[in-house]
Amino acid sequence: MTDATHPIAARGSLLVLDPRTKARKAAETRFRLYGAAAIAISILALVVLLTSVLGNGLGAFRQTFVTLPITLTEKTLDKSGTRDPEVMKKVTTIGYSKLIDTALTEALAAKGLSTEGLSKKELSGLLSQEAAATLRNQVLADPTLVGQTVEVKLLANGRVDGFFKGRVTLESAARDSNISPAQLELAQKMREAGLIGLGFNMAFLTGADASELRPEAAGLGVAILGSAYMMLIVLVLSLPIGVATSIYLEEMAPKNRWTDLIEVNIANLAAVPSIVYGILALALFINFMGLPQSAPIVGGLVLTLMTLPTIIIATRAALKAVPPSIRDAALGVGASRNQAIFHHVLPLAMPGILTGTILGLARALGESAPLLLIGMVAFVKDFPSAPPEGLMQPATALPVQVYQWTQRSDPAFVERASGAIIVLMVFLLIMNAVAIILRRRFERRW
Amino acid sequence: MSAMKLTVSAIAMVAASATGALARDNIQIAGSSTVLPYATIVAEAFGENFDFPTPVVEGGGSGAGRKKLCEGVGENTIDIANSSSRIKQSDIDLCAQNGVNEIMEVRIGYDGIVFASDIGGADFALTPADVYGALAANVAKDGALAANGAKQWADVNAALPAQDILAFIPGTKHGTREVFDVKLLEEGCKTTGAYDLFLAASTGADDDAKKKEAGEKCLEVRTDGASVDIDGDYTETLARIAANKAAVGVFGLSFYQNNTDKLKVATIDGIVPSVETISKGEYPVSRPLYFYVKKAHLGVIPGLKEYLEFFVSDDMAGPEGPLAAYGLVSDPDLAATQEMVAAETPMGPLQ
Repeated sequence: MTDATHPIAARGSLLVLDPRTKARKAAETRFRLYGAAAIAISILALVVLLTSVLGNGLGAFRQTFVTLPITLTEKTLDKSGTRDPEVMKKVTTIGYSKLIDTALTEALAAKGLSTEGLSKKELSGLLSQEAAATLRNQVLADPTLVGQTVEVKLLANGRVDGFFKGRVTLESAARDSNISPAQLELAQKMREAGLIGLGFNMAFLTGADASELRPEAAGLGVAILGSAYMMLIVLVLSLPIGVATSIYLEEMAPKNRWTDLIEVNIANLAAVPSIVYGILALALFINFMGLPQSAPIVGGLVLTLMTLPTIIIATRAALKAVPPSIRDAALGVGASRNQAIFHHVLPLAMPGILTGTILGLARALGESAPLLLIGMVAFVKDFPSAPPEGLMQPATALPVQVYQWTQRSDPAFVERASGAIIVLMVFLLIMNAVAIILRRRFERRW
Repeated sequence: MSAMKLTVSAIAMVAASATGALARDNIQIAGSSTVLPYATIVAEAFGENFDFPTPVVEGGGSGAGRKKLCEGVGENTIDIANSSSRIKQSDIDLCAQNGVNEIMEVRIGYDGIVFASDIGGADFALTPADVYGALAANVAKDGALAANGAKQWADVNAALPAQDILAFIPGTKHGTREVFDVKLLEEGCKTTGAYDLFLAASTGADDDAKKKEAGEKCLEVRTDGASVDIDGDYTETLARIAANKAAVGVFGLSFYQNNTDKLKVATIDGIVPSVETISKGEYPVSRPLYFYVKKAHLGVIPGLKEYLEFFVSDDMAGPEGPLAAYGLVSDPDLAATQEMVAAETPMGPLQ
């Protein structure tokens, strides 16, 4: 290290780098490369994740439908002839599926498609088991349809759907006990004849979950509604409580040992694993308070507890960022403490508070662990009604639906699960974008 | 301060709901993830064809479901626990302690447990002795106990393929593991003679203790990586096999039937597992599936009786029903179960 003591002049030309400078420059270049590599790795991970999710899941938004003219014979559907839905309810889906089978055979014959070598069961296997329920609901909603021949759009079987989406091939069907290549070949001919087609799958967003026998009918409706109810509860509870706590701690509370203790605890609570809140909710809300299982109200309360620390921390940071001169000026012209806070400090801190709240909500939306213990990881087929009663009725949530679908044995649910991830990501993206917009447009810096 | 008002009203609403008794009108079910798909199929059809709401079905595991059932009587407890193994005396005691005195036991049918490997892999024709010889921690070798050193399936039985032993078996928390233990490991342990050696080597106080110790020794699986416990679902086992083509995995029959394009099933004792061979009693590795009903909830929760009757009806659980189509081996004594449900007979003490 002798050259460090040399005067500059002794170093020779300034245009030639000496070894130390070279080493420093090299170190800088290396660090840059490390940084670039780190970013490249994260981008790569993101790209892999997105391609796999989009590749698997985009198919869920399109669905194969069979369009059939079905004769709704009065003899089977409404023997009494009264067209009274209460009486017609006695005809179960089994009765309707017979009508559909007949209609399918007739439609195939009309198009001149041979069904040779296919049993009756294999023919009706082209359609989803949901088809009969769809038709039944349609007829019960409008009993005047009985006696007419109507064009009905019915779901195709999950494997047929997979065939048109490339998930199922003739080779795999040969080994598949649920579908045969002959069925798929007929489906291909039906598509050419215009009986089968792919269309946008609105039911994926609005329909309820379905059992493993009919993956093609599974939808996210109940989960989206359940998540929305929970977010409503979280927003209504955690925003006022969080803001009130923060204002008190930041603006009014004396600085002493107790407030320090509270502060440390809030910071700790923000880092508590979310499953712990689930255990708490099971003990407190369900076992002690007697709230119903699987209900969004319990889920909303747990997520509120979980989100509160995040919102309090964000709100306090936003309040701290308002310069003291604003408070001083307000107090100086004779405003009360309350007036200074609510007329001046809070409005200025609002963008920061809202950003924190939205980020907290986004975290709560993607949370599934605490819901495991309170019965929301369940098969729920009925839609909850409108709040407030709906808050007490069973529902699931978006992340929980993803979890459930990945556990099912039918491969068609892989597509559904990825589709649900896409929906969840879109919601999160929207929430985060709103947070960014709020910050950009309204936040003031001093 | 409308936000304040909202908070107050929300808190008031929570408080009101906590004090007043809530009328639950949907059936609440939890338990075994093996029974879960069957229960959802029935729940879906029930909601479709009856005026009652669709039952809510949760998974969580057989043991957890039975524990939940025994938490007490009341609308915030579940009505039915699905279970892939029979209820235990400890569960019944817990139930009695919490005032759940009458439980109905409903056997819905049988489920097969199969070994399967990647569709492109070698064929396996296994016997319980092969499974024991390949996966147990200690095996009988030349009349003495030795640590299992078999590297390849062919080392265990020359008729098996010469490929490295790697098996994915259900973890100990699964109901499936119990069947695997009893029907394959214990069976294999006895036929290979290892059981007698364990019995001779046992240090137990009396014969019963010795038998118990030997029985437990039989269930020890090797820990050198050839046998891997899977605590997740069959989907995880399937993913592991897709990544490791030479491996063999344990699945439920219904799962295999839904993935026959990816999996090749192994025979046990020369029998191909199927709904037919299991119902005839030819395929050895199967187990009954149950659900347990809290009798005190009958008549309180709307539709509970109807759901039970619908579940065990021939249309659902019979050999031509949708459950059989999904892989359930229907119970030959279904008629007796139907009578039991109609008469609401609670289960007697365990034998």
